[in-house]
Amino acid sequence: MSKTILEVKDVSVSFGDAHILDKVNIELKEGELVSLLGVSGSGKSTLFNVIAGLLKADNGRVILNGEDITNKPGKVSYMLQKDLLLPFRTIEDNVALPLIMKGMNKKEARETAASHFAEFGLEGREKKYPSQLSGGMRQRAALLRTYLFSQQVALLDEPFSALDTFTKSQIHDWYLDVMEKIKLSTLFVTHDIDEAILLSDRIYILSGKPGVIQKEIIIDEPRPRDNSFLLTERFLEYKREILSILQ
Amino acid sequence: MPAIAAIIILLAVWQFVCSAGIVPDFMLPSPVDVAKAMVGDAGLLLHHSRVTLVEAVCGLAIGVLAGLIIAILMDMFDLLYRANYPILVITQTIPTIAIAPLMVLWFGYEMTPKVILVALATFFPIAVGLLDGFRSVDEDSLNLLRSMGAGKVKLFRYIKFPSALPHFFSGLKIAASYSIVTAVVSEWLGGFQGLGIYMTKVKKAYAFDKLFAVIIVISVVSLLLIFAVRVIERKSMPYMHLDEEH
Repeated sequence: MSKTILEVKDVSVSFGDAHILDKVNIELKEGELVSLLGVSGSGKSTLFNVIAGLLKADNGRVILNGEDITNKPGKVSYMLQKDLLLPFRTIEDNVALPLIMKGMNKKEARETAASHFAEFGLEGREKKYPSQLSGGMRQRAALLRTYLFSQQVALLDEPFSALDTFTKSQIHDWYLDVMEKIKLSTLFVTHDIDEAILLSDRIYILSGKPGVIQKEIIIDEPRPRDNSFLLTERFLEYKREILSILQ
Repeated sequence: MPAIAAIIILLAVWQFVCSAGIVPDFMLPSPVDVAKAMVGDAGLLLHHSRVTLVEAVCGLAIGVLAGLIIAILMDMFDLLYRANYPILVITQTIPTIAIAPLMVLWFGYEMTPKVILVALATFFPIAVGLLDGFRSVDEDSLNLLRSMGAGKVKLFRYIKFPSALPHFFSGLKIAASYSIVTAVVSEWLGGFQGLGIYMTKVKKAYAFDKLFAVIIVISVVSLLLIFAVRVIERKSMPYMHLDEEH
């Protein structure tokens, strides 16, 4: 039993009269990949922003490694659907940005970043600018930047949802492969059921108004996984179960 | 290429109009006369160009610096932005020629008043360009950098300023062309040397060929300055001219 790294306790959020989240509890263990699955408007991104410290919750706490990080930005790294790579910096310098922000000098930051390029399948792209890379490659770079920001916990908010189906399935394979290597504890926000089942160890299903955790589903499948899992009977069982909860 | 052809045709028509005697010589000199005047006065034109160029570039440098400082302060403090934006716009409705005599009274006939006028005319496009640039930065990108622990200074250095560079250079190109024109106009109202001074002298002598020669020189100097800005622009933003990989 590995230890709990991130805990969300009784988080409630409302904007004026609109009640968005009601007493949400989730936890993430070390090295685990947990998905937060919900339809649009279920408050997934709201919860994401609360954990990232960008949004204030009415109630509840966020705990990272025993430390209360409620309303404190800069503790967990996050990645959005938009890659947010700066167009005027090379990939290398974009990826090294979190290190530079932490006060590392430019040369050292570049070297540290460069040592991960092969692992993330980005070798040879160091001196390119973001506009020279494909959407999939840009998301890889964004993930590497996220990883260099904090090796503890990464929050990913629909990171692959802007990619086309083919690129998406490629990047899923790549992602599963990288995750095997780096064992980053990840909270993955998505509305894509297939993606959630394929990637996760556990799935929290968030729905309703206000949003509550309806159910926690454990995906008890061996790793490494790949896209062929999507075609198995077991996969369809998980999918049926999730759909029945969402409807 | 079509532009060069058009210029050649225009020159040919101009030459024909003069040679055929449709317009009297003394009112409209032919291109050949103008070219002769230009060669004949080359030394003088070069000397006056230098003076005007120095005024323009000094004024432009001060204008850029002032625009930069104003834009940064106005971006950092919203109250300053709201208080000063209208004032900034008002300063631009005052034509150079209207305040030039005042500058002469205050600062004399040397270079100072000209440099000040150029600075006044050029800081505005710079300041507005930069301000727009600073405010165009994506809020999500700013949040991401904030989440990495960036404060106001780091936000400027790593995201706002580089994001504003394309806007800055658009402003600088406008400012560069203003700078020469403003320097020439401010010379008309008093001074000892410069293209504007030379211009008033040849005008008084009714030397139309020389007058045309100066006009061409002024436009060439402006073009050179804008070209210089373009070169700097390309050098400082290599990422604007790339091929996609995909």
